[in-house]
Amino acid sequence: MMLSENFEAKLALGVGLLLIGFPWLVNWLEEPYLVSTASRIWIYALAALSLNLLLGYAGLVSFGHAAYMGVGAYVVGILAWHQYEETNFLGLPGTLEGLIAIPVSMIVSGIVALGIGALCLRTRGIYFIMITLAFAQMLFYFFVSLERYGGDDGLMMMDGRNKIPGLDLGEDQQMYWICLIVLGLATWFLRRLSLSRFGMVLQALRQNETRLTAIGVPPYPYMLVAFVVSGALAGLSGALLTNHMEFVSPDFLHWTRSGDLLIMVILGGIGTWTGPILGAIVFLLLEEFLPLLFHGMGLYLLSEHWRLVFGPALICIVLFAKGGLHALLFQKMKGVDDTFAN
Amino acid sequence: MTLLRIENLHKQFGALAATDNLSLEVNHGELHALIGPNGAGKTTLISQLSGSLRPDSGQIQFDGRNLLQVPEATRPSLGLVRSFQITSIFPEFSALENVALVLQSQQGHSFRFWKAVRDDFELRTRAEEYLKWAGLDREMAIPAYALAYGQQRQLELAMALALEPKLLLLDEPMAGIGAEESLQVVKLLQQLKGKITMLLIEHDMDAVFAVADRVSVLVYGRIIATDTPSEIRENAEVRQAYLGEHEISVAN
Repeated sequence: MMLSENFEAKLALGVGLLLIGFPWLVNWLEEPYLVSTASRIWIYALAALSLNLLLGYAGLVSFGHAAYMGVGAYVVGILAWHQYEETNFLGLPGTLEGLIAIPVSMIVSGIVALGIGALCLRTRGIYFIMITLAFAQMLFYFFVSLERYGGDDGLMMMDGRNKIPGLDLGEDQQMYWICLIVLGLATWFLRRLSLSRFGMVLQALRQNETRLTAIGVPPYPYMLVAFVVSGALAGLSGALLTNHMEFVSPDFLHWTRSGDLLIMVILGGIGTWTGPILGAIVFLLLEEFLPLLFHGMGLYLLSEHWRLVFGPALICIVLFAKGGLHALLFQKMKGVDDTFAN
Repeated sequence: MTLLRIENLHKQFGALAATDNLSLEVNHGELHALIGPNGAGKTTLISQLSGSLRPDSGQIQFDGRNLLQVPEATRPSLGLVRSFQITSIFPEFSALENVALVLQSQQGHSFRFWKAVRDDFELRTRAEEYLKWAGLDREMAIPAYALAYGQQRQLELAMALALEPKLLLLDEPMAGIGAEESLQVVKLLQQLKGKITMLLIEHDMDAVFAVADRVSVLVYGRIIATDTPSEIRENAEVRQAYLGEHEISVAN
């Protein structure tokens, strides 16, 4: 099935309108809680997208991506906590201002990614996977042991979500639009990035690192910049997640979250722009509605052990749809953008 | 005038001296061929020149510089460029993108995050020129993995050339390709001769004797002779050590 360009444009417009109008739609359907589910999906889609920059473009299997998301999440949480306590952090007051807290969370996540990436990127292959995982676990236990900020139990945002002038994030609908807009901007930004000179170097890196060195491009600084950009965007998604849940806990950094993000990217289609988003949608919808579905069908045992079905279903999609959901939908076998080939 | 001077280079792999106190000079403008039986250490030598292997001892002077102090990724910018024995390209990129990437690296760092490469008219035009030169005018938009093997070798040459080398290290550019495509590569080498200094490693003796100005013979990590092709053909030691009695007919 080849989609004509005209049809594709109409489809994109239709999907766009649906996404923007979604909060009104579910209100009308009297299922307003779906707005919150959708916000969560866009937040995870953003994290999956940032992982895809490493996984799909540079070919780096980072198995600790939840760590950068978690660091961003904690920055927002800790700043809000100090605001609530009216105490200082390293001599600085806490804040609920989104325009401060959210950029700060990106910067801190980026710096953490810089430090971890600088060490991890000296290894390759399975060692890279294991060492990114190890650092993520280190951060996980760091936050678990951080009694000052709730340890195991995590932190509540006692005064509610961040404040942004002219907006009310406490409104679930506005939160939804913010998440959607941020996801859209990030997609656009990463797409530009992937087509730039920098992006070409990243893609070349995945295909043939030896050759890249032989034509005079040292891979390391490019991988490191990609790692930092990816970490900062994951931090942004974490900052949104804390706002969305009004809560943060070490669970945000657990290694299974990193695994979830990898599954979303692979499920949706590695190295594509729609892929990680589709992956996040399907993954989180299955996670949320599979138990309810089984419950509704009277299969109570499966309802409790829904993962028994969830796991094999994911394996089937990955096995039978090479290139993920993206390929299944668009019938394009080649995942990577054809920069010159059109 | 000497462009490349190798002095007493030594590389040991366990008990094997892959490069055994090797000395060699390549002059400006010449096409210097390096021949030798399998396992003589040809690729090991190229790898030390390109920087992917470090020698245990010895000196390499390139264009008046001590090459051993220059990291691998910086050597192409000095004008020292290698091609690979096993085809080494970016398979998912089109032929044009392969060359454009080389040109991009030759223009300095690639920390440019915004402008799409496909809109870079100047880069594109220059890439097209190199592909035309290599005889790939009609294959520009084809992903490299889909090119015929001989075309991939041509692409490899175009990429090496796009780096504007002073010295081109060619590691068996004709390995594994048919007679006709071989001829095409020989033609390309003849066009380059005199413009670019080349160190050619090649098994195809006909090709070597057709294009080389001088030939060095490498056996067990040592150079046993360096001379003009016709002198090498007559050299008794070379015949004995390398060509073998029953292979003389090939050399002739």
